[in-house]
Amino acid sequence: MTGAAWPAAVLPRPALAKTGKRDATGPLLSGLTGLAALLIALMVLVIMGNIVFFGWRAVTWEFLAASPREGMTEGGIFPAIFGTVALVVLMVVALIPFGVGAAIYLNEYARPDAWFTRAVRFSVANLAGVPSIVFGLFGLGFFIQFVGRGMDRALGLDVVWGQPSLMWAALTLALLNLPVVIVTAEEALRSVPREMREASMALGATRWQTIRSVLLPQAMPGILTGAILSVSRGAGEVAPIMFTGAAYFLPYLPTSPTDQFMELGYHIFVMSTQSPDVEATKPLLYGTVLALLLLTFLLNLTAILLRARMRARLAGRT
Amino acid sequence: MTVPPAASRPALAPLRHVGVGESPRRRAQRLRERVISALLRACAFTGVAGLLLIMVFVFREALPVFLDPEVKKEASLSAFFATGMWQPVGDVPKYGIAPLLIGTLKVVVAAMVFAVPLGVMAAVFASEFAKPALREALKPVIEILAGIPSVVLGFFALIVLASWLQAVTGAVSRLNALNAGVALGLGIIPTVFTVSEDALRAVPRSYREASLALGASRWQTAWFVTLPAAGAGVMAGILLGLARAVGETMIVLMASGNAAIISGNIFDSVRTLSASIAAELAEVVFGGPHYSTLFFLGGLLFVMTFGINVVAGLFVERLRRQLGGA
Repeated sequence: MTGAAWPAAVLPRPALAKTGKRDATGPLLSGLTGLAALLIALMVLVIMGNIVFFGWRAVTWEFLAASPREGMTEGGIFPAIFGTVALVVLMVVALIPFGVGAAIYLNEYARPDAWFTRAVRFSVANLAGVPSIVFGLFGLGFFIQFVGRGMDRALGLDVVWGQPSLMWAALTLALLNLPVVIVTAEEALRSVPREMREASMALGATRWQTIRSVLLPQAMPGILTGAILSVSRGAGEVAPIMFTGAAYFLPYLPTSPTDQFMELGYHIFVMSTQSPDVEATKPLLYGTVLALLLLTFLLNLTAILLRARMRARLAGRT
Repeated sequence: MTVPPAASRPALAPLRHVGVGESPRRRAQRLRERVISALLRACAFTGVAGLLLIMVFVFREALPVFLDPEVKKEASLSAFFATGMWQPVGDVPKYGIAPLLIGTLKVVVAAMVFAVPLGVMAAVFASEFAKPALREALKPVIEILAGIPSVVLGFFALIVLASWLQAVTGAVSRLNALNAGVALGLGIIPTVFTVSEDALRAVPRSYREASLALGASRWQTAWFVTLPAAGAGVMAGILLGLARAVGETMIVLMASGNAAIISGNIFDSVRTLSASIAAELAEVVFGGPHYSTLFFLGGLLFVMTFGINVVAGLFVERLRRQLGGA
């Protein structure tokens, strides 16, 4: 504020500032912006506080290691944790090669003005904006009805692939998270200085040799960041997996990619909307929410720290 | 990728071995390089293919609504607007989508009214008024909010927020458009804030310094100089938030009560397009009128969000052009 007042003492104030009415609204306006920020912070605090307060007692080893019992009013959430982990592992395995490959192409090979490059960038940007429920519809229409049924027909099987399963849900989520991985991997590749590429190629290395032994190791933290972010997002997305593989309740754990599975986010949805006795379910419901939040936050925190390190390296150079 | 400086080019050129006496090893290597580059190009193509396949397959499953005479008896474009009732399950199914459109509109407007002022003002605060330490403290708060899965926000709105709002407003139905709107607003605040703040921070320092040097105060600078300069970016943030709000599913599915009624009252329970798909698709007959109708609604959601996102992209482009020279 003092910095702003100084020139006014020397120079005539502009007409804009002379009307007394506006001078009065000034502090009010800047105060309001601060209030908005405070309000957001308070709401976040209330939500997190509420969940931690009612949830922490429920999260015990037994809760994490047991199956739901008595119509989900007792027992634990182990099958849901297992299903979530299986889902995101499959997703990452499918996603990373394509996402990183695309990022390498965009950053190292593509000419920025070529129509193909533009088409890819446009698609990736808009893929990120497609509603998650539409991904669910797509997974059902494409993976299950078209690919799955097609495979069953071609192989003369009954219904093996053409039904909701772990694999189709993972692939649907992989497509949903493709933009996240591409964007973070590209950022990571950009953070590798030009000189490294030039030095490597001046030594006679080919483009791919340069990428494999110079760029990828350097960009690894960024690629990991993208992978972790996609896992954290994948673990919380429910709409895309509702029709492509998640199950209300299963008495067994999935053992093959064609099995259905239980998932934490979907379990929360089921427990809070389909339970015959919500009051009885509540403690376990809060516990499940806290477990999911802890999982996603730990993942996000790791990603944020990794990214901060990468950005610091980038900032240190330029 | 930028064009390399002229000096570095001649140094790279001789690496392309097109010599006469090329060794077999070199030739194999060159072949491998070409295969790898093609593979990477194919990876990049998955982005395009994904978007195209989504369009093709969502619309393909919706096609019977336009073409199949059996399906069209119950669900066709005219049937969607012939009745104001959405009763897809029953002896005489009714597929009037008006309640769903109005429901979506109500919830989205409520969410925007709640989230846009908060998100944009907080962004102005972070970029213009907050001390660096405070700004650094605000960032993780927004990141936490962004990291809360939508099913958790839906859970919070369903179990906690709905009771609080009902106690304040005295609404008859506990789950209503206001409840869903507030929860949905919480979900899109991070988008609005992050994009707006990035745009505000991208405004060159010289703009602010020039304004301050002319004697304007800090709020005058923020309000009359920085915010208009970043206007296109703030607009993009609002539009991206809007697109998210239109397509968001779990929050509205859990918080809105899901009653398909036509009413202008914000305290009435509502059913949105996305929530209808999520709630009904699991129980429909494959290929039937209901199934095709739900895919049609999905296609509608896709077209709306795609349109909004494209416009948002144009605003981002405009901001880059406007500030690019500085």
